[in-house]
Amino acid sequence: MTEFERRTPEANPGVRRTVVRSVATLVGMFAFAFALVPLYDVFCRVTGINGKVETTAQAIVHEGVDDSRYVTVQFITRNGSGLPWNLEVETRQVRVHPGQSTEVGFAFHNASSEGTWGRAVPSVSPSNATRHLRKVSCFCFEEQHLEAGERLELPLVFQLSRDLPPEVNTVTLVYTLYPVTRDEAPLQARATAGKGDEA
Amino acid sequence: MAPKLPPHHPVEQSTSATAGGQASAHHAPPRGILRWLLTTNHKEIGSLYLIFSLIMFFIGGIFALVVRAELFQPGLQLVNPEFFNQMTTMHGLIMVFAAVMPAFTGLANWMIPLQIGAPDMALPRLNNFSFWLLPVAFLLLLSTLLMPGGGPNFGWTFYAPLSTTYAPPSTTFFILSLHIAGISSILGAINIVATIINMRAPGMRMMDMPLFVWTWLITAFLLIAVMPVLAGVITMMLMDINFGTHFFNAAGGGDPVLFQHLFWFFGHPEVYIMILPAFGIVSAIIPTFARKRLFGYASMVYATASIAILSFLVWAHHMFVVGLPLAAELFFMYTTMIIAVPTGVKVFNWITTLFRGSITFEPPMLFALAFVVLFTIGGFSGLMLAIAPADFQYHDTYFVVAHFHYVLVPGAVFAIMAGVYYWLPKWTGHYPNVKLAQWHFWLSVIGVNLTFFPMHFAGLAGMPRRIPDYALQFADFNLVSSLGAFMFGASQLVFVAVVILCVRGGEKAPAKAWEGAEDLEWSVPSPAPLHTFETPPTFQRHEH
Repeated sequence: MTEFERRTPEANPGVRRTVVRSVATLVGMFAFAFALVPLYDVFCRVTGINGKVETTAQAIVHEGVDDSRYVTVQFITRNGSGLPWNLEVETRQVRVHPGQSTEVGFAFHNASSEGTWGRAVPSVSPSNATRHLRKVSCFCFEEQHLEAGERLELPLVFQLSRDLPPEVNTVTLVYTLYPVTRDEAPLQARATAGKGDEA
Repeated sequence: MAPKLPPHHPVEQSTSATAGGQASAHHAPPRGILRWLLTTNHKEIGSLYLIFSLIMFFIGGIFALVVRAELFQPGLQLVNPEFFNQMTTMHGLIMVFAAVMPAFTGLANWMIPLQIGAPDMALPRLNNFSFWLLPVAFLLLLSTLLMPGGGPNFGWTFYAPLSTTYAPPSTTFFILSLHIAGISSILGAINIVATIINMRAPGMRMMDMPLFVWTWLITAFLLIAVMPVLAGVITMMLMDINFGTHFFNAAGGGDPVLFQHLFWFFGHPEVYIMILPAFGIVSAIIPTFARKRLFGYASMVYATASIAILSFLVWAHHMFVVGLPLAAELFFMYTTMIIAVPTGVKVFNWITTLFRGSITFEPPMLFALAFVVLFTIGGFSGLMLAIAPADFQYHDTYFVVAHFHYVLVPGAVFAIMAGVYYWLPKWTGHYPNVKLAQWHFWLSVIGVNLTFFPMHFAGLAGMPRRIPDYALQFADFNLVSSLGAFMFGASQLVFVAVVILCVRGGEKAPAKAWEGAEDLEWSVPSPAPLHTFETPPTFQRHEH
């Protein structure tokens, strides 16, 4: 027994201290990995990287229209996966002045034989234009429910702020349709409703 | 195949003896299979790690040969594309997590206590647990190949949504096995840190430690820092797959690119986890056979630490084409290139150690020299890949495959083999057969270059990775690569023969098996008795 104890330095206070610190680091890094998820989201939103745009309505800024330049805004709609919907836009592109507020009509159509929930997720390119695209009203703020064969027309009202970087001549706005599974839809609908109140 | 450890009682065990053996476990260690299941001895656990790693090296190698056999000619001949994808994925996962990492942990278990004059690892029972987690993890991983829908087929980097939305049903088992393997690595790393910090021989300062110990200490810190991030990522995948969360699912507000950021935040330090201990092994072998002190000991330590710190700042160089902003492309390009500086310091120090040395070419030295040359080739192609605008062309081509195989096969794997040849006399008491070892070396070095050098050209010409079929203009390069791969694979059988012969007999080795070897492990007899340094050795400081 004595030989066994002598060869088992687990009681060594130095070893104990090292192990406690290592385990603390481990737990910290595991938590850090999860903390990176919201941090990444915040970082992308603040810097406009990754084309992430505000998902809540923004107030229109009355700063006058910059007549000296035109910017082309293009709209692309596409279907992600597994949602038998079409999203059409009334015009593929518009030419606007910075500061001018513009309305564009979009039409959702459920081509399937049953009602489903769906959501259009926006993305802006180039990313340095992201923060300058202000959406006053957008269907992308919430999920939609379409009955079988239903067609729903919804407007997008947006404004490009006047401080849009001068090298940006074209802004592309992409909407991708995704299905929202039924059991989680009410939960998210409530969450987005809450956001709407704030705006 | 086990290195012959001097057993306490070299009698043939009888099966009825186990009950009695358990009853008096503290006095007479259990024999037979229980001896290995219950062992807390760092040498026995080290051997277990090394044997496990060798078996997995062959399993992963067979998967690689399935891939190379299919790519021998254009067109689909042997396997269907789904199975091909499972083979590339399993080859990568097995080689990274089950072959290279356990091999280094095995060497650490065997050699760190001997090199710092400690009687055993700091936490011997935890050590046993960390090893026995590994067979569980990888049996589980290998069993996914037999499950409906097949095993993981999304590449060893398991990018979401390939590994979540579009993954086979067995992915949950893949996640579980990776969790178990990760816990094993983490526990092993804690043990190594606790041993190195607390159990050095009296008088041995940190800056007196052999470089293998230093590089492993830094590697263990990396493991403790990034394995939890991997655990976090695969936990998020698990929740996305099974519990309806949307971490990596754009439909629910998640982001697949976030997966790549998190994965490579783990993945790039992981790359250095697989190479830093190799630096340590080579830094032990080159001075021994050049019969000179290692040039620039302190700069080696600082270079290793710098590489480890920089490894946290370069992860997005794996993601140059995901649409990063220009500022990020530049930042990650420059930080990546800065890593070439400490790495260059290391290569410079090895070459300067060789300069005017009395060099002999024993088997460990052959592998160490091949390491320096071929790892540097891999380093240079890494520098080419670091150039963001050029990477747009190289990304996901065979050039990348050539690059990381050069740093992992003639890099990490050759260093492990060099270490095995270097320490085999200490483990078994016999020198390895020189003629066979030379055959092994030359067949391996020719095989490796035949396999991976043409991949540079195939990649520059535009051949994408992870494809079972390819355009006709790549046929010649792939033919050479496949022939080289079979040559390299077959030559590893020679390695097994050398190890078995060395365990069974051969020229007797003295305590100091190599003329120029200086570290503490050469002060104990060869083969090393089961218990060493039960009274701490007197440490003689020599100027570095």
